[in-house]
Amino acid sequence: MTGQPQTGEPETFERAEAGDHAIDPEIRTPILDVRTLSLWYGETQALFDISLLIPSKQITAFIGPSGCGKSTLLRCFNRLNDLIDEVRVEGGILFEQDDIRDPSTDVTALRKRIGMVFQKSNPFPKSIYENIAYGPRIHGIRDRREMDEIVEQSLRRAALWDEVKDRLGESALGLSGGQQQRLCIARAIAIEPEVILLDEPCSALDPIATAKIEELMIELKEHYSLVIVTHNMQQASRISDYTAFMYLGRLIEYQPTERLFINPIRTQTEEYITGRFG
Amino acid sequence: MEHASIQLREQLDLLSEMILRLGGLTEEAIGKSVRALVDRDSDLAREVLEGDAQIDQIELQIDNLCMEILARHQPMAGDLRFVATAMKITPDLERIADHAGNISERALELNEEPPLNAMVDMPLMATRAQQMVRGALDAFVRSDAEAALAVIRMDSELNQRMEQVFRVLLSYMVEDPKTISRAMRLTFVAKYFERIGDQATNICEQIVFMSEARVIKHKALGEK
Repeated sequence: MTGQPQTGEPETFERAEAGDHAIDPEIRTPILDVRTLSLWYGETQALFDISLLIPSKQITAFIGPSGCGKSTLLRCFNRLNDLIDEVRVEGGILFEQDDIRDPSTDVTALRKRIGMVFQKSNPFPKSIYENIAYGPRIHGIRDRREMDEIVEQSLRRAALWDEVKDRLGESALGLSGGQQQRLCIARAIAIEPEVILLDEPCSALDPIATAKIEELMIELKEHYSLVIVTHNMQQASRISDYTAFMYLGRLIEYQPTERLFINPIRTQTEEYITGRFG
Repeated sequence: MEHASIQLREQLDLLSEMILRLGGLTEEAIGKSVRALVDRDSDLAREVLEGDAQIDQIELQIDNLCMEILARHQPMAGDLRFVATAMKITPDLERIADHAGNISERALELNEEPPLNAMVDMPLMATRAQQMVRGALDAFVRSDAEAALAVIRMDSELNQRMEQVFRVLLSYMVEDPKTISRAMRLTFVAKYFERIGDQATNICEQIVFMSEARVIKHKALGEK
């Protein structure tokens, strides 16, 4: 979660508006198109008029101080906020021409196409094999050989295969934290999603496990579009192609990553990434 | 959020101070080397040469501090451009100080011989070179791209004057071969001033990048 949503707005706020260079990078092949999205938790507004394009097969990072709305925005992409009472959303999110928010959207099918990896790895208390097989089985895969292939390919893509191939029948809970997180990524990709959302996927990991996940993310973007929420600005600058800076529920600046970290347009972005506030 | 910003601010301030100290010593070295040449003051020339070790030492200290800031704080945005600029202008400043040393060496040699009354535009070149270095340091302190561009515009005058000095010295050499050794040394001196102008230009190009994230080097000034 994103901490406390904010109400009102500070007096000196740099507003981003449509056509603004600070939020309008050239994205030729978007996979998600967020249009004037606002969200309220009860009476409290947590997102204000967010519009941005998420590029296909790239890594997009959301950064900003706690409570800025970055996780809330991420959760809108596969409608996880539906699970919270009293959430009200306005605006739209187009996913290949269909509005994710349309009441007729099959949410289970949506979450198959837009998978999610959470801050704390959450493997099922089952074997390594069963963790991966669970999703494909729900989606109708029955053939054992086909399932074996899916499990192997998913674990390979998640750079975990070599470490676990001889103990697929053992409990996933016996894996290290970093391995568990890669298992969750393998589980997410086993059902062939198009987008993978990652909410602080490395915040509980040591630097070596973090480096492995980061390398993995860069490999995965060949096949998938990735969106990561991170508190770690160095992580965003290392791996992402585009970075969005959010503050108090608003999108302040959205740029190709190197540009945002070398020459941000907005004063607030500069102040945040140079550590003058936050 | 891990924002060790107070420590980063302190280190960036220290870096700025060290660059200004290096710049101040460099400026002083140019001034002394010019006087050593024009006033035929060999003591002053030796002073410049002895002071070079201190300048080299500050250059190394700045290198270390920049590496430390990058390793510890991974600066971003304006801070990143500032540190990158510091790393790129420090060798230029040190090289300018080396040229002051070179001028002093030529002064020592020339002071052993009878004066050659062929200084022509040399004092003017010295003044312009000093103005460019001072202007570059001012632009750095204020992170002022316009001031940096104004310094860059001064460079063509310095180049023209060098050509002029060279032509005059050549005529001396043609007319009286006994002047060749001295005229050659003075030609070198003119070249050192011209190089100082080039290095001040490099520094100013980097300051424009620091201030506005705009890359202007390798482009004609007229295009901007």
